[in-house]
Amino acid sequence: MNHLHTALWGVLPYLCVGLLVTGTAWRYRYDRFGFTTRSSQLHEHRLLSVGGPLFHFGLLFVVAGHVIGLAVPESWTDRAHVHERLYHANALLVGGTAGLATLAGLVILLYRRLRVPAVRAATSRSDRVVHPVLITVILAGLVATATTLQPHPYDYRVGVSVWFRSLFGLDPDVSAMSDAPFVYQLHALLGMALFALWPFSRLVHAFTAPLGYLARPYVVYRSRGARHAPAPRPGSHPAPPPGTHAPPPDAVSRR
Amino acid sequence: MRVMAQVAMVMNLDKCIGCHTCSVTCKQTWTNRSGTEYAWFNNVETRPGQGYPRAYEDQDRWKGGWALKHGRLVPRSGGRARRLARLFANPELPSLQDYYEPWTYDYENLISAPLGDDVPTAPPRSLIDGRPTSVTWGPNWDDDLGGGPEHLAADPVLKKMNADVRLEYEQAFMFYLPRICEHCLNPSCVAVCPSGALYKRIEDGIVLVDQDRCRGWRMCVTGCPYKKVYFNHSSGKAEKCTFCYPRIEAGEPTVCSETCVGRLRYLGVILYDADKVGDAAATPDEQDLYEAQLECFLDPDDPEVARAAEASGIPHDWITAARRSPVHALISRYRVALPLHPEYRTMPMVWYIPPLSPVVESLTATGHDGEDPAKLFAAIDSLRIPVEYLAGLFTAGDPGPVEASLCRLAAMRSHMRRVNLGEERDPAIAAAVGMDTESIEAMYRLLALAKYEERYVIPTSYAVSSGAETDGGCSLDHDGGPGMYGADTFHAPLVDVPAGGPSALPGGHEPEHAGTSLRGRVNLLGWNGRGRPAGLFPRRGEQTE
Repeated sequence: MNHLHTALWGVLPYLCVGLLVTGTAWRYRYDRFGFTTRSSQLHEHRLLSVGGPLFHFGLLFVVAGHVIGLAVPESWTDRAHVHERLYHANALLVGGTAGLATLAGLVILLYRRLRVPAVRAATSRSDRVVHPVLITVILAGLVATATTLQPHPYDYRVGVSVWFRSLFGLDPDVSAMSDAPFVYQLHALLGMALFALWPFSRLVHAFTAPLGYLARPYVVYRSRGARHAPAPRPGSHPAPPPGTHAPPPDAVSRR
Repeated sequence: MRVMAQVAMVMNLDKCIGCHTCSVTCKQTWTNRSGTEYAWFNNVETRPGQGYPRAYEDQDRWKGGWALKHGRLVPRSGGRARRLARLFANPELPSLQDYYEPWTYDYENLISAPLGDDVPTAPPRSLIDGRPTSVTWGPNWDDDLGGGPEHLAADPVLKKMNADVRLEYEQAFMFYLPRICEHCLNPSCVAVCPSGALYKRIEDGIVLVDQDRCRGWRMCVTGCPYKKVYFNHSSGKAEKCTFCYPRIEAGEPTVCSETCVGRLRYLGVILYDADKVGDAAATPDEQDLYEAQLECFLDPDDPEVARAAEASGIPHDWITAARRSPVHALISRYRVALPLHPEYRTMPMVWYIPPLSPVVESLTATGHDGEDPAKLFAAIDSLRIPVEYLAGLFTAGDPGPVEASLCRLAAMRSHMRRVNLGEERDPAIAAAVGMDTESIEAMYRLLALAKYEERYVIPTSYAVSSGAETDGGCSLDHDGGPGMYGADTFHAPLVDVPAGGPSALPGGHEPEHAGTSLRGRVNLLGWNGRGRPAGLFPRRGEQTE
């Protein structure tokens, strides 16, 4: 049992992160073309217009909640005089709402994926793996959140969070996790599975969130010579850098 | 003054016979792949009509192009923050039903159906989900006004005209409008792309999608008011008319131009002042946008323009090409070509010569001489309907420029009739439209006789770097792209096999075109029987697949 816990909470996280990092680097290097949302809005837009925003915006809040819950130690909030009850009520209310929104969105999206023939036909093999993992991880997370309603709930801030932070210190606190209730363990395991699947599924589109758009000028100009160069200002013709892509001049001179 | 060059197009609508050859050859070249079945980079629509996708000109609904907000240009679909907020479901994206659901036929049934009393049929099947479908709409469903008045009534340009005009209109006239991407000076598709994947090329102004940067956010489809950016539902990437840039770079016309039966397309270089574009696009009155765009264009015969162009890196042969450009002549010199929907404020660069034939025809139908200049001018003035509709297409509703263009074409017709009948030239005809006999005959030559070299004046590309040999691959070779099919897929080109292996070639190199896809292949037809042909056996120590 001890060995199993060491493998699950001491080794597996690093394997998953390693897979996430190398897999993403590999995919970015060899399949940049594959970094896309694979949107199916063209096929169906009514269900998507409800489910898509519900799921994604809900997820943004869920991610923020996880960052706060896992990364901020209890001593910090104590010092800020945030009472334990207030903290958990807030986590339950905001986190629960966001989780439910995410779940509702995902249910709509899954219904759409299964019942709209065109969307179903556009479903890839990786989708079939990712979607079940995604919905179980959300369900497990919601159940874990719901257990805090019990009279003597498990305090994840002195268990799971400690384990999570210890991972970054390269000294995993296995016992903190092995003592956690089953739903928390399941949630953590499936979460790790999600990170391992990340580079090999459509989830990669999350890494390409277009935040640079907020700072960019509207119209992008690019020179024919520089293939991946940043956009130069219009008119400022840069001298084509040597060695960049250009089709061989003789390859196309027919007629 | 910051001079930039653009390869632009003019189409002479009088000559379009609506044969769709441009659409078909374009489709065979660029969009005959899965995911782009519904996409037509070039389409020909009958006007009046809804066009493709249905009623795309209704910008209240689709939010394409730019809008003026407190004097500032903002994409009509909203600024940066609003775009990002709509990332997860774009409310203004046309659905496949607005284009049409592509289909094929179940031909298998023709030969596999069990013996029966009825002749077997090939029922339609959806190309999207493979299920039986009924064909209810297509890319040119209302071709030749097919479908009747209820289809016509949905034409957004017609809707803006008043009711009695619409009723009269059905008997009045019809013409074809071939459309490609406008490769705008102020492209709104580029402006709304969150990833920065769409860009306008500095050298020739062609607007392209970087397939490796596109993340499938679909904003460009909304942003383009002409709906000429398509979403490849198979690869999850945006695709659009490329202006056949590999051909343009080599000095060849686009496929749609090359194969145009009516020879109605003109290609040439236009020099413009990039500093003026922003202000011109923000002209307050929509009807002034045509003039504002004309003022952005520069006269390549002006020595100062030529000097400034060379200073900004435009090579000399591009400047001489701009002087010979038929597009520059039709747009700026003769002023017969007009932009399509300048009110979208994108500064489109595919312009159209409005059709005169409908006016001549309706004049002849009333028993008049369709080529008498006085009658023609009067008819252009009095035939409000065609002129108003054309103005709705080309000048944001201002009939002035359309009338002027039609009058010039009418004057050319009358002038040339006198020439052909051996009558004395009447300079008054040309003078009536502000031209002289010389220029009117030059315009006639360009519109009626111009040969291949005069219609397509395209200088070869100039950003070719010395590093050409570092990357021999074709830029269309990406997965799912038009060039994805290697030589092996279809046929291997004949490769001469020198006796004695590669060393028999001068310099001891393999032929350059023998790429990796041909390695291990040999064409024995070219073998002279002596020695061992190169590539017949794998090289020693080399891995074979």
